[in-house]
Amino acid sequence: MNATHFHFHDPYQPLDSPVHRLDPRVKLILALGFILTATLLPVGAWLSYALLGAAAWMTAHLSGLGIRNVLRRSVLALPFVLAALPVVFTAPGPSWLTLSLGPWQIPVRVEGVIRFLSVLLKSWLSLQIAVILVGTTAFPDLLAAMRAMGVPRFLVMTFGLMWRYLFLLVDEAIRMLRAREARSIAPEVPGHRVGGTLAWRAQVTGRMVGTLFLRTLERGERIYMAMVARGYDGEVRMLPMPPLSGPDRALLAGGLLFLIGILLLGWVSRALFL
Amino acid sequence: MSLLIEAEGLVYIYPDGHPALQGVSLRIQRGEKIALVGPNGAGKSTLLLVLGGLLRPTAGILRVEGEEVGNGDPRRLRAKAGLVFQDPDDQLFSPTVFDDVAFGPIYQGLPEWEVRERVHRALEAVGMAWAASRISHHLSVGEKKRVAIATVLALRPELMLLDEPTAGLDPRGRRELIRLLHRLPQTMLVATHDMRLVAELFPRVIVMDQGRIVADGPAHQILRDEALLEAHGLEPP
Repeated sequence: MNATHFHFHDPYQPLDSPVHRLDPRVKLILALGFILTATLLPVGAWLSYALLGAAAWMTAHLSGLGIRNVLRRSVLALPFVLAALPVVFTAPGPSWLTLSLGPWQIPVRVEGVIRFLSVLLKSWLSLQIAVILVGTTAFPDLLAAMRAMGVPRFLVMTFGLMWRYLFLLVDEAIRMLRAREARSIAPEVPGHRVGGTLAWRAQVTGRMVGTLFLRTLERGERIYMAMVARGYDGEVRMLPMPPLSGPDRALLAGGLLFLIGILLLGWVSRALFL
Repeated sequence: MSLLIEAEGLVYIYPDGHPALQGVSLRIQRGEKIALVGPNGAGKSTLLLVLGGLLRPTAGILRVEGEEVGNGDPRRLRAKAGLVFQDPDDQLFSPTVFDDVAFGPIYQGLPEWEVRERVHRALEAVGMAWAASRISHHLSVGEKKRVAIATVLALRPELMLLDEPTAGLDPRGRRELIRLLHRLPQTMLVATHDMRLVAELFPRVIVMDQGRIVADGPAHQILRDEALLEAHGLEPP
């Protein structure tokens, strides 16, 4: 972000690769299938995790985004996994070692560590595939794919409008903040305290938020009029997408079979070892 | 020339009681290019919204091709008159340029091939065919303006209503837009503060102030009447 214009951080990288050329519907279904598979795999199914990772990295490589790039981006969202950290201490079963924290003895459980690592790997794999999906599919194509898959049309339209106007709204907020800064000047008498009271500053900020809200509301009304002027009648209408091509269908089927295979492998091996 | 729009004593009062139009009468012949000038708050934008079928006049008569539409189905008026809003970010609400230009034709219920054909033609007419798959957010202001005009051209309107088309454009963008407006064959009513644009492009000028038409005549006459222009907060070009 710079001072004048919100830098449009579109995660989409317009390259030409087999993954980019793939139909967005196939990509969206496979990515969702991948995440579902990762979620449904049992704890400690290391081989299945490895296979999913191999699939993700192969896709990352094929897409031209690069494995390192995808890993770097997926790490950004990992801190959220820390929410699962308590399981290390609270899981049932034998403890692996005991941490002494002053008067407290905190047991680290074997089962807990396995669970935590599983959650970590599953989330990380899911994030990687999400990064690849949005890196290789333009957002409008993703919207079209959602529509084709039967996501409610109003929801898709809302996503589209949000994506279209979010950056504009941020721009407007930046302009207001800059206007405030331009008038927040040094004191006339050197050493004199500036900035007013905390309550006054809070009031100013509150009014800015209110102004932003009003402007958004007015813009919303103008957008609605622009839609009505061109025939909008409350129904969402869009052009249909062409049917999937043969190769796309084959790839979709193959990908889903692969994911089901991994899922079965994870559960069967767990059943065998337990 | 045939009569396209006929308004008699149009009144529009906003819900908060503010009278924006106080008896506006005008006639627009097919093929005319008319400038609508006047100070801020004169009622220019409101008049465009009424003529575009977005606001229903509080009183008065509005006829399109001799047929009364003021109190009828506003969609019939919207089909005849295409409105280009001042801020292209209001006009362009779809993810891509194609989606935006296709919006109107899709809502008219046209078959897919015709939607594509119209989008292509409209974008070609404004010189933006290369941008069909682009994302509106990434375009320059001048490019957005031209796409906004294409979104209306795709509806094949008889009358184009433009609000401040040159506002916010750099000299080159402005020049390109003037050329484009000059080239388009549609009947046009253009609200503007850009008096040089008026002198260059419009044979007829309507001056509005405080919700009324205070002058309506050939541009060369009105633009030379310095007393009139000054009385209504305007400047000669």
